Amino acid sequence: MMHRSLPFFAVALAAALLAAGCSSTGGRDDAAASVEDRGGAYGSGDAQTSGMRPGGSWAGSPLDNPDSPLYSKVIYFDFDQSDIRPEYHDMLRAHADYLLQNAQAVLTVEGHADERGSREYNIALGERRAKAVVRFLEAEGVSAGQLNTVSYGEERPADAGYGEASWSLNRRAELVY
Amino acid sequence: MRIFLALVVLLWQAHAAALTIEITQGAEGALPIAVVPFGWTGDPARRPAQAPAEIVAADLARSGRFKPLAEADMLARPTKGEAVDFRDWRALAMENLVVGEVSPNGPGGYLVRFQLFDVYRGEQITGYSIPTTARDLRATAHQIADIVYETLTGQPGAFATRIAYVTSQRDTDGGERVVLEVADADGYDPQTIVSSTEPLMSPAWSPDGRRIAYVSFEKRQPSVWVQEVFTGRREKIASFKGINGAPAWSPDGRQLALTLSKDGNPDIYVMDLARRSLRRITDHWAIDTEPAWSPDGRHLVFTSDRGGAPQIYRVAAGGGSAERVTFEGGYNARPSYSPDGRQLAVVTRVNGRYRIAVIELQTGAMRVLSDGSLDESPSFAPNGSMIIYATREQGRGVLAAVSTDGRVRQRLGFQSGDVREPDWSPYYQREKTP
Repeated sequence: MMHRSLPFFAVALAAALLAAGCSSTGGRDDAAASVEDRGGAYGSGDAQTSGMRPGGSWAGSPLDNPDSPLYSKVIYFDFDQSDIRPEYHDMLRAHADYLLQNAQAVLTVEGHADERGSREYNIALGERRAKAVVRFLEAEGVSAGQLNTVSYGEERPADAGYGEASWSLNRRAELVY
Repeated sequence: MRIFLALVVLLWQAHAAALTIEITQGAEGALPIAVVPFGWTGDPARRPAQAPAEIVAADLARSGRFKPLAEADMLARPTKGEAVDFRDWRALAMENLVVGEVSPNGPGGYLVRFQLFDVYRGEQITGYSIPTTARDLRATAHQIADIVYETLTGQPGAFATRIAYVTSQRDTDGGERVVLEVADADGYDPQTIVSSTEPLMSPAWSPDGRRIAYVSFEKRQPSVWVQEVFTGRREKIASFKGINGAPAWSPDGRQLALTLSKDGNPDIYVMDLARRSLRRITDHWAIDTEPAWSPDGRHLVFTSDRGGAPQIYRVAAGGGSAERVTFEGGYNARPSYSPDGRQLAVVTRVNGRYRIAVIELQTGAMRVLSDGSLDESPSFAPNGSMIIYATREQGRGVLAAVSTDGRVRQRLGFQSGDVREPDWSPYYQREKTP
């Protein structure tokens, strides 16, 4: 899912960076903004193949429904930061509700970092990001028993490229049910 | 001025992921030396496939401190001292000369004899006879290079050592294959130690060179393993909840410093390997990771962002309060001590680029040694002469080495895949008789 959407994503990011005149701070902000567009990208991309019928209701898990906020499972972070940006609050609240309503569901939050800096420090940074997501979900009432974390640091990049466009996609937490 | 040699010294075809070593910057004033092809006293049909003199010359060239004479330029090919006419070598401005012979020595065995001469004085400086086998002939050649290097520079050589590193390659089906490998320090004879579809990280040689500690993400959780290099036997040392990472051997090999986050966030712990008991060394809400022991075993240095950004701190090996070591720059991480304990190699950020630097502990002065933008994982050679590290070249991970004085640079690159996280082995003890 992630991988299929990445090319589109990279184009969107590149466009955003160009529009921002490629200034480094502007680039980063706009990269974040275009990350926000991702929900739409996933939705429109998947609507062609997901078998949704007009007026029909989603038959599968809401986690797989492109129209559900639960469909979004990636949270992106700023460099060397683990604060959850406000644009992810609604999405995470939807996941918290899902976990509250599905006591059997278990979520693993995978923390990741970009490739800059040392590898073990990036493992620690990835864990800090995963734990920030867990704390948010716990604050919404989710039981700790439903939540796990694992940090892959920079070992599992979503985008193998070099530069801020790739790095901004790699500084992330992924929700894995 | 520095000489840019860009000389491919070694290239193997035997292994699918052969390693090439290239000297990208040699030191000025490299010593001219002639290493004459060694003779073979046995049946010509049974001559060993390995040519020890070539290996010795390549090692010496790779150090950047010697400039071996090309075989084609030699005026004579003596294989023993009596046959040397020093005028042949003075004419070529050689300062030193190595000659030698390989003889059969029992079933499957060889005896390698060599002599090192001072060309101007016309005298032998040293010479040894070393019993070996077909399998160990390369190692014996590295040992000879070590002896020549130490005799002429006064510093022990580190050619008869190994490096451990992690490589990864994409399978045809898009999956990743991560491999922990061990190779000779010249990149020859890479051998797989562990292979996984999940990440492998942070290989660390035990002080006796017989075990390697590493982090494996098999079963999708990180755990620390210790594996015997020669038997492949391994044991899981730490798989607590959260991070299990950054293993570092105490100099006596009895303890392993680790990063664990089982108590909330990453802190440094020391495990007694025989008793499997854990001692907590740091207790701080910030990230504490990447511990490394001082050579005398009395201190640990580590990376912490307790001051707001990653910097290096030092703590007594028994625990206690930590003191900050680095103040220069906004990012210093992944410290390791030089073998003499006087320097730390670190990853530092300079104008947004991540490079390898060396810090003099006495003065705090920092010197940046590498010139990449994503350099990481520095590891000292056991003689302290070089630092091997990981860098990126055209989007691929490769290994590079730089002399501690910054004068000599090498690049070690695989023809495919990604190479990272090098760790230089300690010395191995070998037998030799004068």
